Amino acid sequence: MASIKHAAQAVLKKAGKQLMLPLLSLILVFLVSSVILLLSGYSPLSAFGAMILGAFGDMGKIADTLGTATPLILTGLAVAVAMKGGVINIGCEGQLYVGAMATAVTGIFVKGLPSVLHIPLCMMASMLAGGLWASFAGWLKVKLQTNEVIVTIMLNYIAIYLTDYIVTYWVKAEGMVVKTPNVQDSALLMKLYPHSRLTIGFIIAAVITVFLYWMLKKTVFGFELQAMGYNRAAAETGGVNLDKCFMATMLISGALAGLAGAVEVLGVHKYFIKGFSPGYGYDGLSIAVLGQNSPIGVAVSAILFGALRSGATMMDRETNIPGDFVVILQALIILFVATPGIVIELRRQGRILFSRRKDGKQV
Amino acid sequence: MLGITKTFGSVIANDRIDLAVRCGEIHSLLGENGAGKTTLMRILYGMVKPDSGEIYIKGKKVNIKNPQDALRLGIGMVHQHFMLCDTMTVAENITLGNEPRRGFFYDRERAIREVEELSEKYSFQVDPRAKIGTLSVGTKQRVEIMKALYSKSDLIILDEPTAVLTANEVQELFKVLKELRDDGKTIIIITHKLKEIMQISDRVTILRNGRFICTKDTCSTNPQELAEMMVGRKVDLSGDKSTGVPEDAPVVLELLNAVYRESKTEYLSGLSLRLHAGEILGVCGVEGNGQTQLIETITGIRPLTEGEIHIKGQKVENCTPGKMIGLGIGHIPEDRGTRGLVKEYSIRDNIILGYQRRKAFSSSGVLNTKQLCSYSEEVVGNYAVKTDSIFDPISSLSGGNQQKVIIGRVLSQDPDIIVAAQPTRGVDIGSIEYIHEKLLEMKRAGKAILLISADLDEIRKLSDNIAVIYNGKIVAEGKNSDFDEQQLGLLMTGYRKKEDRYGQH
Repeated sequence: MASIKHAAQAVLKKAGKQLMLPLLSLILVFLVSSVILLLSGYSPLSAFGAMILGAFGDMGKIADTLGTATPLILTGLAVAVAMKGGVINIGCEGQLYVGAMATAVTGIFVKGLPSVLHIPLCMMASMLAGGLWASFAGWLKVKLQTNEVIVTIMLNYIAIYLTDYIVTYWVKAEGMVVKTPNVQDSALLMKLYPHSRLTIGFIIAAVITVFLYWMLKKTVFGFELQAMGYNRAAAETGGVNLDKCFMATMLISGALAGLAGAVEVLGVHKYFIKGFSPGYGYDGLSIAVLGQNSPIGVAVSAILFGALRSGATMMDRETNIPGDFVVILQALIILFVATPGIVIELRRQGRILFSRRKDGKQV
Repeated sequence: MLGITKTFGSVIANDRIDLAVRCGEIHSLLGENGAGKTTLMRILYGMVKPDSGEIYIKGKKVNIKNPQDALRLGIGMVHQHFMLCDTMTVAENITLGNEPRRGFFYDRERAIREVEELSEKYSFQVDPRAKIGTLSVGTKQRVEIMKALYSKSDLIILDEPTAVLTANEVQELFKVLKELRDDGKTIIIITHKLKEIMQISDRVTILRNGRFICTKDTCSTNPQELAEMMVGRKVDLSGDKSTGVPEDAPVVLELLNAVYRESKTEYLSGLSLRLHAGEILGVCGVEGNGQTQLIETITGIRPLTEGEIHIKGQKVENCTPGKMIGLGIGHIPEDRGTRGLVKEYSIRDNIILGYQRRKAFSSSGVLNTKQLCSYSEEVVGNYAVKTDSIFDPISSLSGGNQQKVIIGRVLSQDPDIIVAAQPTRGVDIGSIEYIHEKLLEMKRAGKAILLISADLDEIRKLSDNIAVIYNGKIVAEGKNSDFDEQQLGLLMTGYRKKEDRYGQH
């Protein structure tokens, strides 16, 4: 019993600590951005009001927010899993593109399958493509000790232009727009709410979130992966095969990013279109940082980012504040979360101020 | 320092401690790990803020808010882990923070000249132009001391300065310290090595569990008394508990002509050794003579370039750490911070590390959490690890308790061969005693132990047989009783035998 109580206490304490930083950061973000709005002559109240309405105003809006969050959850998880293993994967954007292309090709050219088979097949294709793309960077590191940060960044450009080439010269649909033909209807993801971006992709992302949480906590692989991330030498001494573990981490990370491409193609666009990602892969980095690399934290952060994106559309329409303001918000979030020193110092100053005031009253 | 109190959460690190240090003395601060020595010194150096208490320097009350304040007041500290830039030269490191300038530029010539003068004054024997990365540990430490002197410190705090040094280096350090004292400097040494206290310090202050016990003149006390005050109970300091190896004990580990080369440097050059069941074989040598490579090839971390490893009579190929663990080699790494522990992990997870794939702890890749917890509780209990909960982070434990976790992790898994590298480095006396007892227990149970230690006393105390390593080779081997201290010292520094001294080597 005592041990269970201790365990629960430890978990709570840890969770509290983990939550503190993002929450305080968010409060600061709203304060600072309000100042920016005021200085630019806008009303923060109407801005945030419009955003909240735009993101959560009615069922349709909530559905859109969750739908927008779906690929972000997956790219966020991709980055977070890699980070847990001490691997920095900046190549999610590229992995997302190759995943999307693989899905589109499987969705277009494989015919006559029922949805139950066709959708999983398309998703497998995207995961395989994304996973292999990331593994290539991993393989280079294992064999040639290249730096995975640089290689994954470079592979982004190759992936984006390679898929550009494929869509322009090999599988282009009729017309002016550089896109592939539509995938078969059997490959389309079912909508969870009519006329929204919300599809069963969201459920898949949620299931994967829970799975990863379990994997990191309860499996030997998760144990070894995190040991590698925290202390490579100790993990090696503890019998972890570093090369193998590293490759597996890359494969999983890339597969998740590839899957993000699949949910966009199969759920939103129905085809692969040149330049379809507004930086989901890069947002994955910010989301992983905000979510402190924990799967649940990542999912929540992704939904927040999704809300910002869908809220921005409303704000753009309803007020005269440009939608790009959301970029400022995202930047501020990262600034505060990535530099915990700022938040910690402010909190300390606040405490001192608070305790002084209390002392003053008592006297 | 008067009435210094500092608490970390619910732990009282310092409980109303008074410490008085006289000008121009060498003062030892003695206590087990976790007794509060380092915290107290960090307070003096401004790295930690005390909850209450006052500090007086030369009769004047001072307020030390940060290390800059301390330096201004003439207090310098040499940390256990050196704070030097490997890629910069000695002179650059020493002058860092107080750079001599010529106009806008760094005056390199003057820096070198001043460092040379300092080196000569106290016979430090350090080349100001050498890069830090190329220096031995002992020399790096001298550079740290010079850094403190260069910034005009009158009071120098040394945090366990001898933990990383060989016997000869310790003597050199002591010579330097005595010279500094005679020059009017005041020195505080944090340590738990009784022999050294007796040898070097003028007075000694003992702390236990965050409390001040007493301050004594060194000449009016003895090691036995100090040990008892430090631990708070009777302690057995006598050596040689070994009971010998049975004649017919089988060889469980054999290395044949082991060669290890890395980027053209040969670390092991044809090293051979045999380890029997029920034997403690002590490998002694000056650090950097291939011990690390010996440990890491046996445990599978690095592959042998040439040569063979036989375990229980079977030749082993394609060694990996996982495979060696599977073959029954338990590894107590020489540096628990880098190879031994994952400091972000809980005590429980660190106890499992290395054995996570054992059937008892996981099946088809899923950890058996219940089993992990009850097993960890058991290890924590068996090895007297002081903690509230196995879920606490390992970094919340003192060094001695961290080491007990590693010892417990390895010994509880019933290994046939134990590679114990510096098993008691940076560990307090109480724990040393405990760890030694556990190792002897394993030996009596018929386990083979390869003990690699820089601490000659430890080797002498535990080993049945001793092998001296020099330049990647075993240069002498024999029964513990066949050697005397002086002989070992000579062998470790490369003199083969007396008749060889004037020979071709």
